[in-house]
Order: sequence, then C-alpha cells, then structure tokens
Amino acid sequence: MQQKRITVFCGHYGSGKTNIAVNYALARKRAGETVSIIDLDIVNPYFRTKDSEQELRDAGVELICSDYAGSNLDIPALPAAMQRPIADRSTTCVLDVGGDDQGAVALGRFADQIKAENDYAMLFVLSFYRPLTQTPEDALDVLREIEAACGLRFTGIVNNSNLGDATTAADIFATAERTEKLCLLSGLPLVATTVRADLADDPALRGKVVFPLHLQKKPI
Amino acid sequence: MAEKVLMKGNEAIAEAAIRAGCRHYFGYPITPQTEVAAYMAKRMPKIGGCFLQAESEIAAINMVYGVAGAGKRVMTSSSSPGISLKSEGLSYLAGSDLPAFVVNVQRGGPGLGGIQPSQSDYFQATKGGGHGDYKMIVLAPASVQEMASLTIKGFDLADKYRMTAMILADGTMGQMMEPVELGDVEVKEYDKSWAVTGTKCQRPHNIVNSLSLVPEELEQLNFARYERYKAVEENEVMYESYLMDDAEICVVAFGISARVSKNAINEARKQGIKVGMIRPITLWPFPKAPLLAAADHCRTFISVEMNMGQMIEDIELAIRCRRPVTLCNRVGGMIPAPEQVLEAIQKANEGGQA
Repeated sequence: MQQKRITVFCGHYGSGKTNIAVNYALARKRAGETVSIIDLDIVNPYFRTKDSEQELRDAGVELICSDYAGSNLDIPALPAAMQRPIADRSTTCVLDVGGDDQGAVALGRFADQIKAENDYAMLFVLSFYRPLTQTPEDALDVLREIEAACGLRFTGIVNNSNLGDATTAADIFATAERTEKLCLLSGLPLVATTVRADLADDPALRGKVVFPLHLQKKPI
Repeated sequence: MAEKVLMKGNEAIAEAAIRAGCRHYFGYPITPQTEVAAYMAKRMPKIGGCFLQAESEIAAINMVYGVAGAGKRVMTSSSSPGISLKSEGLSYLAGSDLPAFVVNVQRGGPGLGGIQPSQSDYFQATKGGGHGDYKMIVLAPASVQEMASLTIKGFDLADKYRMTAMILADGTMGQMMEPVELGDVEVKEYDKSWAVTGTKCQRPHNIVNSLSLVPEELEQLNFARYERYKAVEENEVMYESYLMDDAEICVVAFGISARVSKNAINEARKQGIKVGMIRPITLWPFPKAPLLAAADHCRTFISVEMNMGQMIEDIELAIRCRRPVTLCNRVGGMIPAPEQVLEAIQKANEGGQA
C-alpha cells in the first residue's frame, strides 16, 4: 500500500472499512510509527472502531472516537480531539469514515486541511458481494457520490470482496475481472486485495497484492 | 442463476420486497431498522418505484393504507416505538380488509427503551396492538435468508387473505450479515377487483372504508373476517421441528432465540439429554397442533424468549396446560447465551421440569 501520513478509508456501507482500518493502523504501528486511528463514523451505532479499543490500546495505537461510540446512544457526534492528529505532522493518521456518501459528509470538514498538506491516500474499500455494488458501474457510482460528499478524490482501490465467514479464495478470485474494470473506469490503481488471514497463502491468490486481515468482530 | 451476496437482514427484507413487486415504501427512520429505508431510498428511484420518508410514523402507515386501497403492493418498516405509533393504522387496514406488509425490527422497551435487540413485541404483534377484533399474519425469521424468503411469502399471504402480514424480527436479525441467495421471484397476481382505481364510468364505485354504523352489518363484517382468519389458521401454519422424534424435553423459541437454543440443544444432546425444539415460523397462526402432539412424549417445555414471558402463554394454551412450561429469558436488549439455555435444559432433565 501507499505509505502516506494520512490514510483515509471510505466505501459503501458494510464494505469492511473498519476491519481494514484497524488492521492497517496496527500494521503501521508494528512498523514503528506513532499512530492514531480516528473513528469518523456518524452513521452506524453498532459495529465500529471502538469495538477494537482494547487491542488498539494494547498495541499502543491511539483511538479517537465520539464519547457516544459504543454507548447505544444513537447520536452522530465528533470529538474536538480528532483535530490534533490530523494537524500534527509527526503522527501517522488512519481515518475510518462512515459508509456511503452520508458517512463521507463528516470527512468534508477536514478536506481542505488534508488537501493543503498533500500527504494522504484515500482508499475506496469495496466488496462486490454487497447488494448495491455488484458491478463495476454501480461501484463507480458510489465512489463518485462519496467524492462529491467529502470534497476529496480517491487515490486507490482496496478490493475487500467477501462473503463473511463463508468466503473462499475462489470467491475473491472471481472478482479480479470486475476490479480491473473498475480501475479502468475510475483511473485508480488497485492498491490491495484484503483477505481473511487464513486465506492469504492460498495458491489461487498468489501474485495478487494481498493484505491479510485479522477480523475484528463485535462481541455478542 | 441466483447470485450470492453478503447482506444485512434489513437489506435482505428491502431487496426481497422489491423482487416481490413492491414499488411503494413509506417509512420514518428508527434504529435498528433504518437500513430498510436507506436501501429503498437508493433502489426505488432507479426502478421507477416510490420511496417516501414521511413526516411521522402515523403518516407513513396511512400512506400504506392509501396505496393498499389502490390495490398495489406496499410496505412500511419500523422498530418497536414506531410500530406503536402505526398501530391505529394497522387496525384501520384490518377494518378495511386491505393487504399490507409491515416490518418490525424490535428493540428493547417499553417506552423509548434502547437500540439493542428484543422480542418483547410478541403480544403487540399477535394479540392486536391496535383496537378491535383483528389478526395479522406474523412471520418470525431466524436467518438473513429467511428475512428475504418470508418477506416474499408475506406479500403473497397479505394479498391472498386481504390482511396485514408482519415480519417480527429483532435488532440482531436486522443488523447481522450473512450470505444470501436471491433468485428471481415469480410475482403472483391476486384478484383485486375491490381496489379503488377509478371507475372510468364503467363499473360501480368500489369503497374502501372501516366505518360501519349499522351494528348488524358491522357484526357480519367481523364474522366474515374471522372466517378468513380461520382459513389462515388451517392452511398457513409454519414451523421447524428440530430433533423432536425422541425428545422428552421441548424447547420452543423463535428468531435469534431459536438460533441460540439450537446450539444449546446440540450440546445437551452430546450429554445424552433427549431434547428437541419446535421453532414457530408463523407466530400467528401459532403452531398449536405440533405442540399439542409434542405434549404426548415431552414431559416438560421450555420457552426461550427475549421478553418477560409472552409466547409462553400461547404454549400453555396450545398444550392445554398438560405439561409444565418454564421460561428462559433475557430482556432489555440482552440475548440469552447458549450456556443459559443449556442450564435450563439440564435443570428440566434433572427435575422433571426446569
């Protein structure tokens, strides 16, 4: 993946942004950087970065999220503290943005600042197995809607196509052609294919750009 | 060929409704069912359908009344407090014998409650909610796949019997993601010669109305309606029977509680306990006959539900109080753990009852 100071994960609802953002923040931390992960999700009161709080804290990654995250209080709110790591150029910043264009609105507040510094990657997280992004054309619509809502342009695509626990390497491989088509349509590079960690060594995926994921699951 | 997609339960309901020919959705947002509305907002404009966020739940259910009166497939969805607001409209739909499809993705209550899952609207769904003598067909899915298949079934049953079909799900069912296969749906046509579609001066007026001021006539309307309900009870009961052949203990559970119970039953079977489950898929009509038959060989029943004990009353009635029925429950947004259900099964096994 591109190693920029600020990495923004956006995508459609249920594409797997939070899982990837948490894994990515932990990976940057393991590389020796000072890392903050910022939960910008104002859409989903259930599954969010906050659920991985303990793991992030143990690893020494700073989590910045709404005081209401995980409280069941269904209030979209952003804490003032998220301004600091976005402004502090010595900190590696991972932004986990809410789903769809509605979620991306919250990112718009930081768009000018992020553009001015110009050291960021904004990645479109995509699963072709979600109902409203099954074709490259539909995915492109969502991609453009998100850009319009937040005022930032994407710099790359992360293919996170999956069927949850039932995912096989063949399911992921089957999306390669559609991913290439989306890259052509959008003019963006594929920067990673994310897979459940146990699938990363599968021969069907050899030679692909793979980023293994340790799944963050909401405890019931 | 049916494609496989990863869907939330709420999204599965919305997509299945569209495939069942529903082109009119009216709603008002409330967690944990908002994805139904969000999905409709994205899809309906692309297929020439109507998505409308009403100014309130009460407005939404009356918009449903209007489209149903015009003979078109229509739906609304909400969560517990929102369904309370819609209950007046549900009574009017019943009083006018209109087919409608309604979704309740339950949350903890009473009052505003919380946003975590619950099954405490069982009474409201099966015993009325609104005023007057009426029933709704109440469907209780236990997987995302069933959220889709029971939605399609619900539209058919509503049209067939000219009544409201309701999906009674819970926050877990609405929010959980599972792979789903959605095929093409054959949209069945039902006689809707009663619909108010404009006479074009070629037929007498159709009238959709729940007001009837002549008591003799209103009585006859009620009698006729209950003849239809009788047919539903005779023909449309759905349930799943799990390991019941040799069962001595019968667990009764629906929705997410049934999934938890299944894990507990599998564990109890490993310990040599003869336990099975009857999972009502239709909560109304309730599977009375299989439960009564189970009372012949089961010495005790356990009702697992996420409320203070609502379905347990229907179980007692169905088995005519021939066996003890005990309650294994969590409330307020909590979900019973398989261990809790297993413990209830073990106690029932040791003591003859739980």
